[in-house]
Amino acid sequence: MKREIPLIITFIAGTVFVVAYFVPHSPFNRAESLFNDWFAILAAFAIWLGALNLLKICALKVSRRSKDWYLGFVIIVGFFVTVAVGAYDGVVGLSNVPATAFRDPGTNFDWIYRNVYTPLSATMFAMLAFFVASASYRAFRARNFQATLLLLAGFLVMLGRVPVGDLITGFLPPAYQMSQWATWIMDFPQTAGQRAIMIGIALGIISTSLRVILGIERSRLEGE
Amino acid sequence: MKKLIAPVIIVVVILLLYFVVPKPLEFSPVTSTIILSLIGLALVAMLILTIAGKMIGRRTVFIFIAVALTLPFMMNFKMPIRITPEVQSLYDALEQLPAGSKVLAAYDFDPPSAPELQPMADAFMTYAFKKDLRVIIMGLWPQGPQQAQLSIEAALEDKEVAAKNLQYGVDYVNLGFQAGNEFVIQRMGSAFRGMFARDSKDTPYDDIPLLKGVENFSNIDFVMNFSAGKPGTQEWVQIAVDRFGVTLGAGNTAVQAPGMYPFLKGGQLVGLLGGMSGGAEFELVTGEPGKAAGFMLSQSCAHVVVIAFILIGNVAMLLARKKK
Repeated sequence: MKREIPLIITFIAGTVFVVAYFVPHSPFNRAESLFNDWFAILAAFAIWLGALNLLKICALKVSRRSKDWYLGFVIIVGFFVTVAVGAYDGVVGLSNVPATAFRDPGTNFDWIYRNVYTPLSATMFAMLAFFVASASYRAFRARNFQATLLLLAGFLVMLGRVPVGDLITGFLPPAYQMSQWATWIMDFPQTAGQRAIMIGIALGIISTSLRVILGIERSRLEGE
Repeated sequence: MKKLIAPVIIVVVILLLYFVVPKPLEFSPVTSTIILSLIGLALVAMLILTIAGKMIGRRTVFIFIAVALTLPFMMNFKMPIRITPEVQSLYDALEQLPAGSKVLAAYDFDPPSAPELQPMADAFMTYAFKKDLRVIIMGLWPQGPQQAQLSIEAALEDKEVAAKNLQYGVDYVNLGFQAGNEFVIQRMGSAFRGMFARDSKDTPYDDIPLLKGVENFSNIDFVMNFSAGKPGTQEWVQIAVDRFGVTLGAGNTAVQAPGMYPFLKGGQLVGLLGGMSGGAEFELVTGEPGKAAGFMLSQSCAHVVVIAFILIGNVAMLLARKKK
């Protein structure tokens, strides 16, 4: 039964979603709404599960004094401080007139969000610019015809999507300036490639979904 | 000790910039030209060094990118920005909305992508308020509604918007975040109330004047999605557009935007703002050049430097092949 029940739930939920898409009438639409609500509840629990899992991993790292254990300690402290501040703001906000939420502007939680979380996460993302530049310099080579074509298309789009492209080709008529080349590449070869990839992915998703709904694909159950 | 030298130098430079250098710091056109010329000359010098057989180190590349990205922020060069068809079509679609139309703004991004998406989101919110559109905000990403709050604050700084004395709950409302990815969109197709029983201020759905008569997507005139990944524009297209027939416009990160072109060309998206340049174009087309337009010089310089490094790397490869 441990295996059969999840298979039955998957079959019913999957079938309802498929049928409700084509027949959006009762009882399928009502069943679909019900399953959507269930999913939202499960997703909310998944967020908690993720947070608790992170805490568990960090706590183990700290207790075992593994490599970079102090980073785990920072995560644990940051987590509890943020939760405590948010909870405090939430409780205080209830007594305000009108009542305020913990995320509202001016709260301590909002201060943490704007002045700690935002700059830190933006910094992490901004570092990508340096790594992309370094990786491009070391790895982006015109080794063969296809790579050369990709390189040229990349140059045209990179320059054509920023104003400097049109500055460089300013001597040409407007219809032949760099931004127009970039637009052509994006509209035709790029879109065609994206469509091909998208259709391939969609076919893959359909076949995998059918295998899951029909219980042929069971690898998600107990790591089979 | 050696490891500490670089971070200490960076901290000292930042402190000097913060406390000693007058603000706002802006280079004169002559100084700007000299700096850009020096960057160009240094790149040529690197090319010559590479031809001479001396490869550039990783740190040199990092320093160049840092210089190319940061110094242009302090330059006041006006660059010609051409409006692409996808931005123009989004603007045209928004222009057709009469005052009082209900627009759903889905903020599906978080602070890491904010430098790229926030300027376009701010420009959109300012434009919507100026046009007297009623904005309903939501997020499929936990931090999205807080990013929307920043957009509202930015919009309210505009004098024309401030003069309208907009009221929360009447002119705009923030429904907050809802977990569940594309299933949230699917549920909203039958009842918004099912996913957002209360707004972000904990006000019951039925007590919010703006939401009176808003049952599902059929009561929404336009959906604008700012997305940095999944769930995002693709999910909005697949469910809200294909299934419930909403009119959708999108603002995406530059990495994500190419994947949206099939939807754009297929008519599922009425327009697309791709990356910072899309944001800059939207600012210009709405007549309010802002942050994104100001960042275009910096982005241009960074692109040129990256291309220069790729060329230098290829020259090195060709020379090495010749030697063999």
